[in-house]
Amino acid sequence: MSAREIAAAVRAGATSAAAVVEEHLERAEGGDGEVHAFNSLLADHARRAAVAVDRAVAEGRDPGPLAGVPVALKDNICTRGIPTTCSSRILDGWRPPYDATVVRRLADSGAVVIGKTNMDEFAMGSSTENSAFGPTRNPRDKTRVPGGSSGGSAAAVAAGFAPLALGSDTGGSIRQPAALCGVVGAKPTYGLVSRYGLVAFASSLDQIGPLAADVADAAVLLDAISGPDPADSTCLAGEAPRAAERLDAGVDGIRVGVVRELAEAEGMSADVVSRLRQAAEALAGAGAKVDEVSVPAAVYGLSAYYLIAPAEASSNLARYDGVRYGLRVEEPGGDVTEMYEATRTAGFGDEVKRRVMLGTYALSAGYYDAYYGKAQKVRTLIIRDFDAAYESFDVLLSPTAPGTAFPLGSKTADPLTMYLNDVCTIPSNLAGHPAISVPFGWGDDGLPVGVQVLAPALGETVMFQVAAHIERLAP
Amino acid sequence: MPSRITPEDVKHVARLARLRLGPEEVQTFTAQLAAVLDHARDVEALDTAGVEPTAHPLPLVNVLRDDVPRRGSDRDEVLAEAPEVEDHRFRVPRILGEAP
Repeated sequence: MSAREIAAAVRAGATSAAAVVEEHLERAEGGDGEVHAFNSLLADHARRAAVAVDRAVAEGRDPGPLAGVPVALKDNICTRGIPTTCSSRILDGWRPPYDATVVRRLADSGAVVIGKTNMDEFAMGSSTENSAFGPTRNPRDKTRVPGGSSGGSAAAVAAGFAPLALGSDTGGSIRQPAALCGVVGAKPTYGLVSRYGLVAFASSLDQIGPLAADVADAAVLLDAISGPDPADSTCLAGEAPRAAERLDAGVDGIRVGVVRELAEAEGMSADVVSRLRQAAEALAGAGAKVDEVSVPAAVYGLSAYYLIAPAEASSNLARYDGVRYGLRVEEPGGDVTEMYEATRTAGFGDEVKRRVMLGTYALSAGYYDAYYGKAQKVRTLIIRDFDAAYESFDVLLSPTAPGTAFPLGSKTADPLTMYLNDVCTIPSNLAGHPAISVPFGWGDDGLPVGVQVLAPALGETVMFQVAAHIERLAP
Repeated sequence: MPSRITPEDVKHVARLARLRLGPEEVQTFTAQLAAVLDHARDVEALDTAGVEPTAHPLPLVNVLRDDVPRRGSDRDEVLAEAPEVEDHRFRVPRILGEAP
């Protein structure tokens, strides 16, 4: 059942939230030993929340638009009193003293959080192999990665453990795992969803967004969590665009630009590009005005991102010092600096160390202008090129990832090879624009392929409209 | 563009970031960071003369809220998460050079 069908049935009293939650917990308990989508299943918490939803229905109160729908939450989203690990040893034992704004919005909409999902440590990675708790496996082929960093959330949806999940996306961390697991994943416009309670990685890029089995479910979930929040000063004021508003409107007359530079980017595999062309032709057949468009600076996003995101991370992760929460490692007789070093050395995995050092280097005297400063200027060029493209197009189209799900362990030895996964997803983060990955056919290996729809800032309504139609046209 | 990152540079940034690296780690990280920084050189192809840098995607300045008192976090709940606490304060190892 889709999330929409579950909510409708619970609201109508045709089924109970308790029964829905029980069914999903059972499925997750049975199947997650192999998949490892979850860091923790919250059975008691979920059962209590389900009882509250069922009581609201029984008492004639509105249980909310997502009544009784189980949601899997990425483990970098704070849940009061419930461990939030970021899949890192450094947050060992930490129980946040507050809920993220999205967690409150989920509760207000009647949704039931059933577990916290595995991820690359602090959301740094594209395969969920950088987790201190071991990798997640792709439910479509358990010898393959689910993508990352929201790999646990994508796998939970693909395996049917939860109809909905939340992830976070700093350079593609919702969209790439969605593509590799054959589900839908969207990164909203920067500032559309509150980041209050999302553990910070790169603050000018991070956004929370939905993963779901279909576009309409993703739209309903996004609409439940978006909108202004006084607790996040970077959250946009004013009414949020409605993602679910025009899902059935078709694509007649919509102008769709296929981004040439991303389709031809380094490392794109032929089957992925051929699915993209096929999606573009299908849209044209459905009445869209499809053409190629050039966004020349887009491919340089990768280089800019891998300076900007580590720079911001090196600052954000300075807070993990063994003083206020999480892990502390002390050596007898050591001073506070030695405690910091011992704690951070034991608490962070290699990818986090790599990025913290890369960011520290890019920001240090003598290198700042050449690296961080240059990257910020490239960011401006990418925004300019997108703005120019959106003068002629309503949405843009590209692959989501360069290939299908790759075998576990095949890219861990060479960080740069792993980073190249993000070439198509990064430009939207740098620009602050929304983008969504929709499953569209399969690769030569029989694994799912995703097509990405990009839109200008606050263009969620048209983006979901086109995505919903691509889903209808998919083979 | 600056010269290639050296093992000395890696040791320096590790110290700044409060990370300890063994000799083998210094070699591995130096090679990996050099590969990423080499790839980043592709942006040299772009002319950025006169281009303003973008630090943030939103043009936000001084976002203010009404100055209304409200409950903050509970002190005991926050301190309960600390590795070590004394008299309602975070306790840390000695911070000055002298013996404890």
